[in-house]
Amino acid sequence: MKRPSTPALFVTLAALAVLAAVAGVALGPAGLSPSQLAAALARRGDEVALGIVWSLRLPRVALGFVVGGVLAVAGASLQALVRNPLADPYLLGLSGGAGLGAVLALVSGLISAWVLPAAAFAGALAATLLVYRLALVAGGALDSRVLLLGGVVVGAFAGALVAGILSVSDATQLRTATLWLMGGLGGVGWPGVLVLVVYAVPAMALLVGESRALNLLALGEEPALHLGADVARTKRNTYLAASLLTAASVAAAGIIGFVGLVVPHAIRLLKGHDHRVLLPAAFLLGGAFLVLADALARTVFAPLELPVGVVTAVVGVPFFVVLLRRWTGR
Amino acid sequence: MSGRGPSGAGGATNPSGDRSISSGALLELTDATVRYAGASPGTPPAMESVSLAVRGGECVALVGPNGAGKTTLLRALLGHVPCGSGRALALGRDARSWSRDTLARFVGVVSQREEPAFPLTVREAVEMGRYPHLGAWRAPGSADRAAVERAMRRADVAALGERWVETLSGGEWQRVRIARALAQEPRVLVLDEPTASLDLSHEMQLFELILDLVRHDGLAALIVSHHINVAARFADRLVLLARGRIVADGPSAVVLEPQRLATVFGWPVAVHRLADGSVQIYPERRPVTPESGAAP
Repeated sequence: MKRPSTPALFVTLAALAVLAAVAGVALGPAGLSPSQLAAALARRGDEVALGIVWSLRLPRVALGFVVGGVLAVAGASLQALVRNPLADPYLLGLSGGAGLGAVLALVSGLISAWVLPAAAFAGALAATLLVYRLALVAGGALDSRVLLLGGVVVGAFAGALVAGILSVSDATQLRTATLWLMGGLGGVGWPGVLVLVVYAVPAMALLVGESRALNLLALGEEPALHLGADVARTKRNTYLAASLLTAASVAAAGIIGFVGLVVPHAIRLLKGHDHRVLLPAAFLLGGAFLVLADALARTVFAPLELPVGVVTAVVGVPFFVVLLRRWTGR
Repeated sequence: MSGRGPSGAGGATNPSGDRSISSGALLELTDATVRYAGASPGTPPAMESVSLAVRGGECVALVGPNGAGKTTLLRALLGHVPCGSGRALALGRDARSWSRDTLARFVGVVSQREEPAFPLTVREAVEMGRYPHLGAWRAPGSADRAAVERAMRRADVAALGERWVETLSGGEWQRVRIARALAQEPRVLVLDEPTASLDLSHEMQLFELILDLVRHDGLAALIVSHHINVAARFADRLVLLARGRIVADGPSAVVLEPQRLATVFGWPVAVHRLADGSVQIYPERRPVTPESGAAP
């Protein structure tokens, strides 16, 4: 298969992102007509349409875009880090750890939008350390299959702890935490988008700076070292940044699986594995994917709304099966 | 992120003012001992009192039984493990004082194992050899492209540029990895078991290529190999390692002495001198009898 040129790829992805944003703003239970939408986007028209577009749909689209993009970037970098195409923040236990950290903060009454990502970050880092410890116990060398298995175990463990915490917490906390845990892009509005962007930008910058080193790391740690990569630094930065990205997105939108798995792979299949192209391209496609998934989640059973994680899972699981076959077939 | 060498005269790209370089040694161990943390107190060090120098235009082969400390010696030379006593110098400076990317501009290493996690083409693989020159941000320029082309031609992989590396034969893949090391434009090539999985003709081809790089491009080559006979035919010097110590260092005619080999490998060996002066070894048959068992 011929790979598209890098400019063609980015133009296509940008167009897709715009299309997704239009769909995200246009679709919804309120049933605004195109002319109402156009007027509201131009800051004209009636109050109700203005409110729906500017306070509900636009922040939701913006949040979905950043969350999707951030998860895809975290997944892409984790895949290079553990040298396994099946890695993503969810399967490596980062999402679960972040969820546990955030729930602990919520039931302690720390519900500030700025504190929540920090608590989630602490949880994600703790999960990462635990996964690493497990992998080391299993035999010294960091076998990527053991890392994945450890991630699944730690994720399940975090989930169990969350269930335990919720079962002994009082009704108000339970409601807050449960609603948040179910995930979704509707709750936080513009302030949530701002918090996410502030947390995500430094982490993304760190990863972009490591993208050439990630290319080397995909060869193996020893070859990467011989080619001049500072392997210890790259691994540390990548884990920190991926944990931060996961934590910020989990704090903003709950646990959403499979974006970090599906999206990087679509780019890998399409364009290859150069992380200097892969990371920004995964960001654009991840954003577009989650905005579209959310639009679907809002409209399929309208006026009822599906958690967006259901849609990403329905798309993601078959994709995972295909990847698993390709990976084990090698 | 563009790495700087350790401070001092000469700088990263022109270390020729250094004493050790003027004496010709690119990699050098002096009375070096390596003891791994966590090894129990009674055990001997992984490498003990080793002195070794590899100079430009010289092909040195490191041979010895399993567990003799060959890998430890390489790791000490490249500054991956600290020497408890003695010192390891790369281009005249403490091997551990170099930043990884600066060292990678002088020393190209073809490691024993490598399994890319994702598919890549031959050209992409060779281009990665430019990392130590480019760092994280700089875009490749004409000098980088020229270095990649030169390296691919030199290692005879120019025709394979668009192939996926997973479709290559073992011999082709090793040549690609040598091309990648050459793209680093190093002065030293270190190869760890480069022909372990190659058949006869590919093994000979690879050694001919390495020796050609040494003779015509003035590179130094340090090769770890279990294939003593091939090493004996190509290397200027064999370095025989046993139990962490150098037992002999010199031309094959000097090093491959039957009594010494029998002791080091624990197996009787006969030798035969070829017309080109190199010595070849023949392990003797020693049938296992019920009375004597396998051990002497």
